[in-house]
Amino acid sequence: MEEFAALLDALVYTTSRNRKLALIAAYLRQAPDPDRGWALAGLTEGLDFPAVKSSTVRNLMMERVDPVLWALSRDFVGDTAETASLLWPEPEDAAAQPPLTLAEVVERLAALTRATAPKELPLLFDRMDAKGRYALIKLATGGMRVGVSARLAKTAFALAFDVSVEEVEEYWHALTPPYTELFQWAADGGPAPDLAGVPRFRPFMLAHPLEDGEVDLADYAAEWKWDGIRVQLVRAGGETRVYSRSGDDISASFPEMLTVLPMDAVLDGELLVRGSAQGGEAGGAASFNALQQRLGRKTVSGKMLKEAPAFVRLYDVLLLDGIDWREHPWKSRRATLEGLMPRLPASHFDLSQLVEAEDFAALAAIRDTARDEAIEGLMLKHRESPYVAGRKVALWYKWKRDPLLVDCVVMYAQRGSGKRSSFHSDFTFGCWDGDPDAGAELLPVGKAYTGFTDAELKQLDKFVRQNTLNRFGPVREVKRELVFEVAFDSVHTSKRHKSGLAMRFPRIHRIRWDKPAHEADRIEALRALVKD
Amino acid sequence: MTAPFSWIRPEPHGIHVVPADIWVDPSRAVPRALVTHGHADHARGGHGETIATPATLAIMKLRYATSDGAVPVAYGESIALGGGVSATFLPAGHVLGSAQILLEHAGERVIITGDYKRAPDPTCAPFEVTPCDIFITEATFGLPVFTHPPIGEEIGKLLDARRENPDACILVGAYALGKAQRVIAELRAAGHTDTIWLHGAMEAMCRLYEEHGVALGDLRLVSDATKDEMRGAIVVAPPSALNDRWSRRLPDPITAMASGWMRVRARARQRGVELPLVISDHADWNELTRTIAQVNPQETWITHGREEALLRWCELSQRRARALALVGYEDEDD
Repeated sequence: MEEFAALLDALVYTTSRNRKLALIAAYLRQAPDPDRGWALAGLTEGLDFPAVKSSTVRNLMMERVDPVLWALSRDFVGDTAETASLLWPEPEDAAAQPPLTLAEVVERLAALTRATAPKELPLLFDRMDAKGRYALIKLATGGMRVGVSARLAKTAFALAFDVSVEEVEEYWHALTPPYTELFQWAADGGPAPDLAGVPRFRPFMLAHPLEDGEVDLADYAAEWKWDGIRVQLVRAGGETRVYSRSGDDISASFPEMLTVLPMDAVLDGELLVRGSAQGGEAGGAASFNALQQRLGRKTVSGKMLKEAPAFVRLYDVLLLDGIDWREHPWKSRRATLEGLMPRLPASHFDLSQLVEAEDFAALAAIRDTARDEAIEGLMLKHRESPYVAGRKVALWYKWKRDPLLVDCVVMYAQRGSGKRSSFHSDFTFGCWDGDPDAGAELLPVGKAYTGFTDAELKQLDKFVRQNTLNRFGPVREVKRELVFEVAFDSVHTSKRHKSGLAMRFPRIHRIRWDKPAHEADRIEALRALVKD
Repeated sequence: MTAPFSWIRPEPHGIHVVPADIWVDPSRAVPRALVTHGHADHARGGHGETIATPATLAIMKLRYATSDGAVPVAYGESIALGGGVSATFLPAGHVLGSAQILLEHAGERVIITGDYKRAPDPTCAPFEVTPCDIFITEATFGLPVFTHPPIGEEIGKLLDARRENPDACILVGAYALGKAQRVIAELRAAGHTDTIWLHGAMEAMCRLYEEHGVALGDLRLVSDATKDEMRGAIVVAPPSALNDRWSRRLPDPITAMASGWMRVRARARQRGVELPLVISDHADWNELTRTIAQVNPQETWITHGREEALLRWCELSQRRARALALVGYEDEDD
């Protein structure tokens, strides 16, 4: 456990990707089995200990620390695990017991229940120092925040044992922690894991943004960029699974998709729910707003299946009828996919149509109308491109619509988490509900915490501290003085805000230090942009 | 008959000693000022008369080119301010010359700590616990998460990193007044006798410390060195230089920072710090609470920092306290 805690700490303070890779690789080479497998799972959020929640830790702390001092500390530090690790009363006889291995810690965490956790966790905390407690809580509650993506961890694994990262990725998602077979194969020269008949994830092909410049439509085909979630549908050995973009198995959220694929295959597409906003050949799809209620569920009610039925709009084929199509050019895969469509039930599948245009300028004109259909923009795919993992230059581009902009007035601010910890960086802003010079009020329309530089973050924090009107716990109400130009992708009706509106992907586009608050936009301006 | 303690008034720009019409650490120019120590948020130029310890006056002369109206008062000495008020300067243990100021008027005693710490520091005189009625304390690290480890451990980390990276150099960000000299003096105490390289902004203050009897060993300027000379060396620079173009002249620097904020991981990450050193010239949570308990005043006033938590502690331990809303005190770099 000490080594793992030291690794986490070193990762926290390392910004360079190469240095992170080297740290993880060095750990994986020297740590014993099964510790290193558990570490890998911990770093990539592959562990789940349902008995330990952030609230479990908070409750333990409340029994030992004054609740007000706890709340002030948590607010400043911006991280429950770190605050608890620092505030936990140091045990007097910490050195008396032998240190725990990571595998022992995982075993004990896995054995906890909601009932035993409050008694057992303190015994673990007492056997560690602050660094160890931090690692333990992060491991138990998830959310490492050490800047290690699953992709980075896999790359480090490949680096540690000199194997190909693509191969690692293919096996990875079919295995479970502590990945014993993976280490046997890569580290100990054992046989490759036998995955025939396992519906496993294949790494997605991703797109680069098309910043400026043009592509020749003779070389590139255009499709709408749908506003759903990217999924991979895999059937093998008679079992179907749905994987998200990060390779997570989200089958449980979409049970209707698990019985409708009639053959073994690996298909790439957009998961959507039925509706009328996003057109398609077999009926439309609802906006992302409607899909949102289906995400992140472990079980789905019959009512929900009926009210918001899911389907997949297909745009690529990776494997079909025993053939691996990934080496083949896009145009052949497209033809294969079009040929496949009649074999699939139209209730659950449709085809992502190509957008035809005479030239790039004509395509740009078509793109500009896209928002009316709640579509995010266009995808441009090279007709000769194979299906390759990750983001390769000049094969696929995403060409998003320019964001919508609205001027809002900052109303409330809160300290952020992680990188923005201890600075006031999470803002709630509003628009006027009438003429501000005739006594109109601001109604909150959204929240954002991105889009500014580090230097601007400091200025904003200073503004908040010097212009606080009221405090509601960690939230500060500020003088209605500062205007943000807020960028967003779309706006929908919502019950969450008093204004009845909610923005999608709001971010701070510019800080308008120069603009008087009464010149900010009115609610009507925003309401006119609603597309539900 | 005036109300108790009505002769001392906290105002947004400093603490006003009314009968003597004199201000303590005012953030704007005033005719007469008492200054606790030389940091820019407490000391500034332009006052008609500045009453401070000789070392603080020397620092102010160097930093703000002010020497007119300087009235030196040594530790333990008292001075009559007029209006029946006297001031006594007592060591605060914060930086060279730093003082608590004890004000007495009509039998009432008020101490203004400025900034202070209780941990040992070879570069300045230690804090003296002195009884008073009102204790006006800082609260820069007034949250229970802030505990500063013994400085020897942190210096040990720095020396370990140096040993493990013989081809790199360790660039230590440290506040140019106080922190830098303390880190250097502690490195010397730990047996590190090699040249320590300085950013140009550190030079004059280090010399001033040496003139006040703080030995800092062999110091040289980075601008006089070649890249190869600095391999395996320790370089001390102000925090603002850490991610500045200036640091590009260094051989593969490992960025360290000596600051109490380094106790919180996110604060180190925000500054791109790879080697956080929890070294502070301010009292940590335990020092703040212990000091209030030892001084045991009738009332505690809290000037700046995380005042809410310290107020809460006072409430929990049944001590009268209030927070003062003073402007202009900054603590980002400590």
